[in-house]
Amino acid sequence: MLKDEDRIFKNLYNDLGSDIDSAQLRDDWKNTKEICEKGREWIINEIKTSELRGRGGAGFPTGLKWSFAPKEVGSRPHYLVINADESEPGTCKDRDILRFEPHKLIEGCLIASYAVNAHVCYIYIRGEYFNEGQKLQKAIDEAYKNGLIGINASSTGWDLDIYIHYGAGAYICGEETALLESLEGNKGQPRLKPPFPALIGLYGCPTIINNVETIAVVPTILRRGGKWFSSLGRAKNTGTKIYCISGNVNNPCNVEEEMGIPLKDLIEKHAGGVVGGWDNLKAVIPGGSSMPLLPKKVCDTIKMDFDACVENKTGLGTAGIVVINQDQDIIKCMARIARFYKHESCGQCTPCREGSGWMWRMLERMAKGDATRDEVDMLMDVTKQIEGHTICAFGEGSAWPVQGLIRNFKEEIIERNKFDPVVKQKKNVPYLIDQHLLEKENA
Amino acid sequence: MSLKKISKEQPEVFKFNEKNLKAVKKAISNYPKNKMKSAVMPLLYIAQKQNDNWIPLAAMKLIAKTLNMPYIKVYEVATFYTMYNLSPVGEYFFQVCTTTPCMIRGAYKLVDVCKKRISENESEISKDGKSSWLEVECLGACVNAPMVQINEDYFEDLDSEKLEKIIEKISNNEKPNPGSYRGRLSSEPENIRKTLLDNKNA
Repeated sequence: MLKDEDRIFKNLYNDLGSDIDSAQLRDDWKNTKEICEKGREWIINEIKTSELRGRGGAGFPTGLKWSFAPKEVGSRPHYLVINADESEPGTCKDRDILRFEPHKLIEGCLIASYAVNAHVCYIYIRGEYFNEGQKLQKAIDEAYKNGLIGINASSTGWDLDIYIHYGAGAYICGEETALLESLEGNKGQPRLKPPFPALIGLYGCPTIINNVETIAVVPTILRRGGKWFSSLGRAKNTGTKIYCISGNVNNPCNVEEEMGIPLKDLIEKHAGGVVGGWDNLKAVIPGGSSMPLLPKKVCDTIKMDFDACVENKTGLGTAGIVVINQDQDIIKCMARIARFYKHESCGQCTPCREGSGWMWRMLERMAKGDATRDEVDMLMDVTKQIEGHTICAFGEGSAWPVQGLIRNFKEEIIERNKFDPVVKQKKNVPYLIDQHLLEKENA
Repeated sequence: MSLKKISKEQPEVFKFNEKNLKAVKKAISNYPKNKMKSAVMPLLYIAQKQNDNWIPLAAMKLIAKTLNMPYIKVYEVATFYTMYNLSPVGEYFFQVCTTTPCMIRGAYKLVDVCKKRISENESEISKDGKSSWLEVECLGACVNAPMVQINEDYFEDLDSEKLEKIIEKISNNEKPNPGSYRGRLSSEPENIRKTLLDNKNA
C-alpha cells in the first residue's frame, strides 16, 4: 500500500478543508515562483522525466503533449483548457479534486500555462457539477485576491486569467475537440484530427487540453522531482492515481494508490471486498464504461496500470472500476451501458449514431432472451462496423464494452437466446436483415 | 443526441432582469472580444435560472440578438444539450441517475418511488405542482450510488425509504439536506478507511 506521505491528494476526503489557508498548510503555492523561474524547458523536461501520462483516459504522455505547443507565441495567442467534463460512468475522481483540492488544480494551471505560453485558461466543468464549480470559483477568487493568479501571477512576471465554463450535460464534450466546439458556442461535435489542437485548437489558436487530475498532480511532481514520481509504479506507468471503486462492493470509495496496484488489493483492502465474497465476483469494468469488462479469472491477478490493462484486452481509461457480482444480470448491465452510448452519441457520424441504438436494442432483447442465436455474431459485426469508422473515439467507446461482453460471456448469451432465426419462428420482429426472408414467405 | 419537446405555451417576451444583465455582461467578458458567441451557453443558463428553470423561445431570440448570432444557432445549442429545459419543470426537479453503476445498486427502485410519489411519467409535473422527475445518464457520483440530483444539489447513498423521506420533506415545505444519506464523509470508504488517517484524526 502506498505510504500516506507519497499521496498527492492529502485532502481527498476533505478532512482538512479546501480553503487557501488549509491548502497552503499542505504546501500548495509554496514555491511556485521558484519553480517557474527554472524555465519552461526545465518544467517540461521534469514532467517528461516523471513519465506522467494523461489521466483523462487515453494516457498520452503529458510532457510530450506540452512540447507540441509552439515554442514562441506568434500572431495567435495560446490557450490552456482543462477538461473537467467528467462523465464517464464509473468515474468520479475529478469531482473530489474540484471540491476538495481546487488549489492544486489552480496552481497546476499556472505552471502549465507558463510552460505552454498561455495567458488564458478555461476550465470546462460539466454542468451537473454546479456546486463543485462554485467551490472552484471560490478558490479562484481567493487566488486572485492573494495575487497568486492574475497580473504578475505569484510574482513570476506571468499574467494568467482563469475562467470556468459550464457544460450542459453532453458526455461527448469530454472529447477534446468537441469540448473546444462547445467552448466556442457550438453544439459539441468532434472535429477531424489533424490538425491537432496543439497547433489549431480553440478559436484556431494553439491549445493544450489536459484532464483535471493530470494538471493537479503537476505542482507536487515539480516540487518533489520527476524522479520521485517515476519511482512509483513501473516504467511508463508511473506515479499515483485516484481509483474510483463503485458497484457491488461493500464500501465503494475513491482512493489514491500507486499505479500497478493489483485489482484484487484495491477491491479487498480499500473497498471492503465484493458483496458476497470474492467468489461471488462476475466481472469488473476496469476503466470507466468505455473499457471492455474483465472476467473473474483475469481479475484475480491483473495489475491496474495502462500497459497491463492493454495486455488483457482492456484499458485503464479513467480508472473508474465498476464491480459486478453474480447477483447482477451481466447482459442487462451492458445493455444499460449501450443505452448510455445511444443517448450520448452526438449524431455526427452514421456508424455511431445508428450503431449505438442498434447495439442497445439487440442487447435489450438478448437480456430478455428474445434474440436469435445468429444475432450474437451479428452484434459482434455491428461493433466492428462502428469501431474505427468514426471521427472520434466515442465509436470505440461504445463498441468495446459490447465486444468485451461477447468475448467473455458469449456462452451465457447463447444459453439464454437459443432461438432459431426469426423466420423459422415466424416471429414478427420488425427488424433488419431477416426482413426480406419474411417478405418472401408472405409473397 | 437528445430529443426534446419545446413547450407549446410560450411567453411573448423575455427580458433579463437588472441583476442578470450584469451577469450577462460578466459572462461575455470571459471570452475574447470578437468571440462573443462563446457566451451562448452561460447566457442560456442565466435565462433558464431567471425563468423558473426552463428556457422560452423568446429568451433564445434575445440571446441571439445580444450575441449577434443567428437565432437558429442558439436554438441548435439549446436543443443539443440535455441540461437546457425547453418546457416547464417542477420547482424541485429530480434527476435520477440510472446508468449501470447506479443501476446495480438499486437506482430503479428510486425511479419507482418517483413514479409513485411524484408523477406516473417522466417530465410530468406532480399533482401538488411542486416537483417533476427525469431519468438521466451518469451524474458522476458513482461511488455514492444510487443518487438523485434535485435542482443543483446531489443526494447520495440513497435507498427508496430515504428518497421517500426527502419527497415527504419537500411536500411539507421543508428543505432537505444534500449530501450522503448514510452519513459518510464525501467519498471515503465507510468504517474501513486505511489511508490518510492522521488527517482524519487531526
